[in-house]
Amino acid sequence: MHESSSMTDLLFVFMLAAFLGFQLIKRVSPLLHSPLMSLTNAIAAVVVVGAIMITGEAGATPLAKTLGFIAVTAATINAVSGFLITDRMLKMFRRRGK
Amino acid sequence: MNAATSEMAVQAAYLIASGLFVLALMWMSSPQTARRGVLAGEIGMVLAVVGTLLHFDVVNYDLILIAMLVGTAIGVPMAYLMPMTAIPQRTAISHAFGALAVGLIGAAEYFKLAPGQEAGSFVMWALMLEMLLGFLTCTASVIAFAKLQEIMPTRPIMFAGQRPLNVLVFAGALVTGGMLIFTPLSSQMFPVFIALALLFGVLLVIPIGGADMPTVIALLNSYAGLAAAAMGFALDNKLLIIVGALDGTSGFILAMIMCKAMNRSFSNVLFGGFGQLAAGPAAGVDERPVRSMSGEEAAPMLEMAGSVVIIPGYGMAVAQAQHRVAELYERLEEKGVDVKFAIHPVAGRMPGHMNVLLAEADVPYDKLIELEDINPDMPQTDVALIIGANDTVNTAARDDPGSAIAGMPIIEADKARTVMIIKRGMSAGFAGIDNPIYFNENTQMLFGDAKKMSEHLVKELQELA
Repeated sequence: MHESSSMTDLLFVFMLAAFLGFQLIKRVSPLLHSPLMSLTNAIAAVVVVGAIMITGEAGATPLAKTLGFIAVTAATINAVSGFLITDRMLKMFRRRGK
Repeated sequence: MNAATSEMAVQAAYLIASGLFVLALMWMSSPQTARRGVLAGEIGMVLAVVGTLLHFDVVNYDLILIAMLVGTAIGVPMAYLMPMTAIPQRTAISHAFGALAVGLIGAAEYFKLAPGQEAGSFVMWALMLEMLLGFLTCTASVIAFAKLQEIMPTRPIMFAGQRPLNVLVFAGALVTGGMLIFTPLSSQMFPVFIALALLFGVLLVIPIGGADMPTVIALLNSYAGLAAAAMGFALDNKLLIIVGALDGTSGFILAMIMCKAMNRSFSNVLFGGFGQLAAGPAAGVDERPVRSMSGEEAAPMLEMAGSVVIIPGYGMAVAQAQHRVAELYERLEEKGVDVKFAIHPVAGRMPGHMNVLLAEADVPYDKLIELEDINPDMPQTDVALIIGANDTVNTAARDDPGSAIAGMPIIEADKARTVMIIKRGMSAGFAGIDNPIYFNENTQMLFGDAKKMSEHLVKELQELA
């Protein structure tokens, strides 16, 4: 394991990321609110890393493997379909005369 | 590779992935850079997954790879076959999948970590929060999906004692969760906790009506993100915390924008107390006469107009009329009419719904104008053409302080010289209240289905050529 972070370290990371999120999302054009939502949903599928650890570690119990398997599947569906569908939506946004 | 270098490689992959996810959101600021954002997100995801697979502790790959193949096999057709009109449903169900994954990982982590945890430890707090948010978001999103897909009635489902029951179930979930935090091994409470969280998700969304879905979907987006952040706290994973915080704020801001566009307070939304307007019986039927006109009469007026503002609403999506409406736009532009679209933030069933549908139908995005930017132009507009919108142009929101939707910002269609409204009949909108705009002197009703009427207008315009 890496040197574990303290609770306060993690809270600092969360707070800074949340402020960054506010600044970034405020700048997103309302035109793109639907693709934004499917993009954030795809990115949230990064929880798959937790599922991989649970499923793949040496001492995983059958229960952990079962839950992990379902979680990896569900997260992969979201990642794959989320990114593809976001791109499909964005491709449709064209400026005039193009 | 030993444990230490493996760990460093994983952390490096996570660090770069976090940066890429931030860039992905940054590039969403404009349609010109947005696709680059998707690419950044994809690379970040691949880095995070590959990094984790190479982790020293991950030794069994079969199940993971099978699950990824199954997920890809489902995800790819889902992305390509999904019609654009189904985007709100897809978004809802993907929140359910994401939240389910988070909840299940939390459950697996609980059984693994609980024996080694001290009562009231930070990890137990984080795990319980993760599972609570994960499981309630999962069932809430399933209900939202069922309402959007019309498997369930879209009207609010209300019953006596609903509020106290909701409070009781939520309090029950908190109490059982608290018991698990302070006595990590009391696993007999575990299924009760999960069941209450799942039940609360259902209760949260059933009293919400279809037209409030944009806010609900945004809020569930936020919850799904916060659940991922809670998981990051439980697993000491900064990548998850960053992603969760970004997604949590994204959904939260969208929900705020939706609230503002309906003049609802945020607490009103958080406690599931909205959509109740629709439960009341419709106000007394207005007996005043309305003026109506046929497509044959409307087409020449549109052709003669200098400027036309089209105001689409959910009715356009229901009738799948976006392509016909886009054709109407093209015909009018050919004839030298200046055509713009006025987009209300809550038009449709999710934030940005109308923009996606019109972009799909090839309407250039610089023609899609937001509420605040179009309103100053309305008095100089010759024709406001309302297609499937109702509450977003309801003048009662502006003029009648006693109205149920008083204070909701509207597109001021009534200020145009002529208002044309394509509508099937005289039924009231979602809010169950009459729309005074129908009875104005300068309003003409074009009775009919949005798609058929648009088609009809296109045909008439062609014949005028």
